[in-house]
Amino acid sequence: MEGAGRDIVSARSEGLVACRRCTRVWPMGQRSCARCGAPLASRDWGSLQRVWAWLTVGIICYIPANLFPMLRTQVLFDESEDTIIQGAVELATHGNLAIAAIILIASVAIPVGKFIAIGYLAISVARPERLRPKQRHKLYHIVEFIGRWSMIDVFVVAILSALVQLNFAASIRPGPAAITFALSVIFTMFAAISFDPRMIWDNGGRGPHKS
Amino acid sequence: MSMTEATDLADLPLDELIACPQCDALYRARMPAMGSRAVCKRCHTVLIAPKTNAYLHLIVLSLTVVVLMVGAVTFPFLGVNVAGFSNKASVVDTALTFMDGGWMVALSMFVVAFIILIPLFRALLVLYVVAPLTLGRRPFLGARRAFGWSEDLRPWSMAEIFIIGCAVALVKVADLAKVEFGPAFFMFAALVVITVLQDINMDRWSIWKALEETS
Ligand SMILES: [Zn+2]
Ligand SMILES: [Zn+2]
Repeated sequence: MEGAGRDIVSARSEGLVACRRCTRVWPMGQRSCARCGAPLASRDWGSLQRVWAWLTVGIICYIPANLFPMLRTQVLFDESEDTIIQGAVELATHGNLAIAAIILIASVAIPVGKFIAIGYLAISVARPERLRPKQRHKLYHIVEFIGRWSMIDVFVVAILSALVQLNFAASIRPGPAAITFALSVIFTMFAAISFDPRMIWDNGGRGPHKS
Repeated sequence: MSMTEATDLADLPLDELIACPQCDALYRARMPAMGSRAVCKRCHTVLIAPKTNAYLHLIVLSLTVVVLMVGAVTFPFLGVNVAGFSNKASVVDTALTFMDGGWMVALSMFVVAFIILIPLFRALLVLYVVAPLTLGRRPFLGARRAFGWSEDLRPWSMAEIFIIGCAVALVKVADLAKVEFGPAFFMFAALVVITVLQDINMDRWSIWKALEETS
């Protein structure tokens, strides 16, 4: 897409406000998009507060998600409770290294990485930043794309609990961590959705000026 | 897209402009050749990607998703058996597995929404929006709102994550019991592939423009 020759201009600098849902532009000051009905904001400063609020509750929910059991397994007369990490370690000791890695990446590396990345992005647009906008935008894109995949462990628990109900031979039941983990993923998704990535690009990467 | 100097953009009528939803870069909207894509120069977001027979494909694929989803919730999904004991679980059983206790009920509601209701609802919304456009008719009442909902719900449609979750769960179960795949499993897998491809290929700009011009 070739637009403004070498120098790309933003809708904001042309005195226009763009719709983030349908890409239509409107005169600055218009409140909602006449094409798709989405609310318009050239740069929404309140969005950063929403990002921090969602991120905070997301992190709070992630703590019990790691302390309480995710799965309660009963095989014959053996009962065991596994937190997320214990479950992954058990898989690894049984030789299922690939699956253990998937669980650890989806349930630990991605959520924690996401907390850090969203926090960093929110801080970076509020003060002059060294990292180039292109790299920060890539980071945002990764967070937005990969964050949802953390939900995989909740689905694994759901499938195991529904499937493994074999009387006293074996049964698996969900633990309380399943709900707090799901909430943590949902809240951090809201944090990522609240973030306005257009702020990354303002003033050559130095963030929008508050006015 | 043609090379246009920055100053020219301000003189164009607003409906000839397009702003990147990710980085706010402003461009003159020009339809690229069929099958090629107009991409934001700054952040590489796909802005316009026209395809031949796009509406017809959307309708056929959305209808297929609806049919497959109905099949996936009716037919047996997965089964296990070990030492004479056996158990079968449908997709709905799986989603409702958290049903038996307090806060867990909320989780069941989320799972039902993420893997069944939202993917199904989005397919129906696309049908509602695109069907009249295919026939060259005026869009149905509320078509713009419907398409807006479909777009807003996109991150919450998690059928593809669920199917990968199945794969992980089955590896865990394989040590414990013998696994049987029901027809619903393959239906669900097929609808995941279609949904993902459709979301990647859908040219949102053309649909919004058509909705704006015809209603
Ligand atoms: Zn709009
Ligand atoms: Zn862009």
